[in-house]
Amino acid sequence: MVVEALKDQGVEVVFGYPGGAVLPIYDEVFQQNDIRHILVRHEQGAVHMAEGYARSTGKPGVVLVTSGPGATNAVTGLTDALMDSIPLVVLTGQVPTFMIGTDGFQEADTVGITRPCTKHNWLVKETDALASTLHQAFHVATSGRPGPVLIDIPKDVQFANGTYVPPNAAKVSHYQPKVKGDAAAVEALVELMEKAQRPIFYTGGGVINSGPEASALLRKLAAATGFPVTSTLMGLGAYPASGKNWIGMLGMHGLYEANLAMHGCDLMINVGARFDDRITGRIADFSPKSKKAHIDIDPSSINKVIHVDVPIVGDVGNVLADVLKLWEARGSKVNKAGLAKWWGQIEQWKLKKCLNYNNSSKVIKPQYALERLEALTKDRDRYITTEVGQHQMWAAQYLTFEDPNRWMTSGGLGTMGYGLPASIGVQVAHPDALVINVAGEASWLMNMQEMGTAVQFRAPVKQFILNNERLGMVRQWQQLLHGERYSQSWSEALPDFVKLAEAFGCKGIRCQDPKDLDDAIMEMLDYDGPVIFDCLVEKHENCYPMIPSGKPHNEMLLGDAGVEDAIGAKGAVLV
Amino acid sequence: MSALNLKKGATSHSAYDLRDPHLEHRETHTLAVLVDNEAGVLARVIGLFAGRGYNIDSLTVAEVDHEGHLSRITVVTRGTPAVIEQIKAQLGRLVPVHKVNDLTVEGPSVERELSLFKVAGTGDKRVEALRLADIFRANVVDSTLESFVFEITGTPEKIDAFADLMRPLGLIDVARTGVAALSRGT
Repeated sequence: MVVEALKDQGVEVVFGYPGGAVLPIYDEVFQQNDIRHILVRHEQGAVHMAEGYARSTGKPGVVLVTSGPGATNAVTGLTDALMDSIPLVVLTGQVPTFMIGTDGFQEADTVGITRPCTKHNWLVKETDALASTLHQAFHVATSGRPGPVLIDIPKDVQFANGTYVPPNAAKVSHYQPKVKGDAAAVEALVELMEKAQRPIFYTGGGVINSGPEASALLRKLAAATGFPVTSTLMGLGAYPASGKNWIGMLGMHGLYEANLAMHGCDLMINVGARFDDRITGRIADFSPKSKKAHIDIDPSSINKVIHVDVPIVGDVGNVLADVLKLWEARGSKVNKAGLAKWWGQIEQWKLKKCLNYNNSSKVIKPQYALERLEALTKDRDRYITTEVGQHQMWAAQYLTFEDPNRWMTSGGLGTMGYGLPASIGVQVAHPDALVINVAGEASWLMNMQEMGTAVQFRAPVKQFILNNERLGMVRQWQQLLHGERYSQSWSEALPDFVKLAEAFGCKGIRCQDPKDLDDAIMEMLDYDGPVIFDCLVEKHENCYPMIPSGKPHNEMLLGDAGVEDAIGAKGAVLV
Repeated sequence: MSALNLKKGATSHSAYDLRDPHLEHRETHTLAVLVDNEAGVLARVIGLFAGRGYNIDSLTVAEVDHEGHLSRITVVTRGTPAVIEQIKAQLGRLVPVHKVNDLTVEGPSVERELSLFKVAGTGDKRVEALRLADIFRANVVDSTLESFVFEITGTPEKIDAFADLMRPLGLIDVARTGVAALSRGT
């Protein structure tokens, strides 16, 4: 019945790992050919793969794991998906209903453990309720602000016979989040847009979650109004990096011009972003002179961190369509003189060229490695995933994204170990595309067992590891905040990644000379299979620009000069 | 945040505001939350309060619509106006939650709490307890030669006042239901 419901929900692939409490479902999986099952090496990997699948397709990712350790191993992935609003349906086995509460073998209180890290979860105790709960799960995962849901299914419920109901006959859920924005609020925003002298679109992952239509509308609105566009880490690709109005990513490691534009604007239009602390810096000094509008489908995002003047609760695509329509109906007015002056100011800021770095002919700078990767891959059908740390920020800065759903990274939770499994999930969804995981060696090791999955299922993912033999971001913070006391941020006894690749049955490439880099990257791209690319880079490179802890947007560090005393002692209290 | 011993203003150099916003302008609000009466729904609501650091002053829950499988949770909470708004929004987005009403701001409402008080004593104290119970319209629901159990219904303030009076008269045990509340009128 579970497999039937998945089929009726249009599921094509499931990421999972069998175990005692899900054997009946696995028996069903065996006896059909419609749904492909990807056998992972660790349940955390399964959830990240499903995330990569979901984020690159816009469809919910599906995971099937067993009870107890199977479920607890999935918790990090669930939390990651909750923070980044990724739709997942996770099925867990459970001990039989009559054994629940007896501390049975591989029993865990799965719904209890996952309650705070799912959008919603269910323990299904009756087989008759199973089908409708499954359909309801897909509805909840994908409606409103997307998120992970979990269904815990005891083994006796899996074995028993029950009545199947198809999706259209299942009970209609009362859970129907509002998608249409309030007309008065839309009008208030349009009025502000007509008068604004220094407007900015601050876009986030919500634009991507809303679907391709929302990205198209954003592009249209930006082109029509001429307003500059910046984006969070999660929103990259919604507006194209080659677009005329693009001023780069904002935030702690965002571009100088983007952050100063956020600080100096007089109208901030937040489109599907959530004023994360990596974006706002010091709250008291966040964009002090602006009127703020906030389009978000989740009412709890409004006024959570930053008080806004015009809240609009609704789906980004739906609201942007209304805004565009009304703005055009009122004569497509903008403050041309103010806007021209504003762009003049932004062009001045761009002259800082904040992404410049000191290159070297002897050692590969990580920024250089990414510039070359960008140059050699940007015209391909390319998807990028990352792990978490310096390499992630550099990838966001030096790679460009023209379309939504092409950039998969762990933003809210910052999960090291996300990128490799996510890349496999993306590759499964897009078998012919080029999928690259930009990684650091420390993050990569956290889920490296999934290379086995990549090899088994012939997912030709490219693992581009910027290896500095350090926990780079931790090391950077220790340098800047903790008197260069590098506590435990140095990994000794790293594996030989080329030999590791051979051990997994895939290809390993090592590169340490900038002169060899292009050829090595081409060798990686030309190989028809998974590659582990060990790119040995400068060990003590820092990631700039950086807004240090406790500083507002206009007090940014642009390079190693001026680092000293930049962060007050109190800033060191923070992460 | 007193644990870090940070003076007011001392966290202005930090990315997070380390001062506890709950210290200023706290208000008490009574929220009525209509939820699906399904397994774990109370844990979900309580977990939300615990996980996000909100306060619960009192909480009552019971099924109110058997056919519709609906329960009503009445929760009395405290926080700044911004926190109260967050609490309502966070409750509202839980999947089994149908409706969140803030009875404190949505017009007049009635609040009642039921309590049982066990008071032990003999002689003058026993007589005085009985006399005061009569003034408060508390009922005697159990009595022995040495003790009474009083049942009293009223606002939390009235019950607090009754408890204060019973304490010197031999109060040995209290059970309170927490607040149940409804808006006035139709």
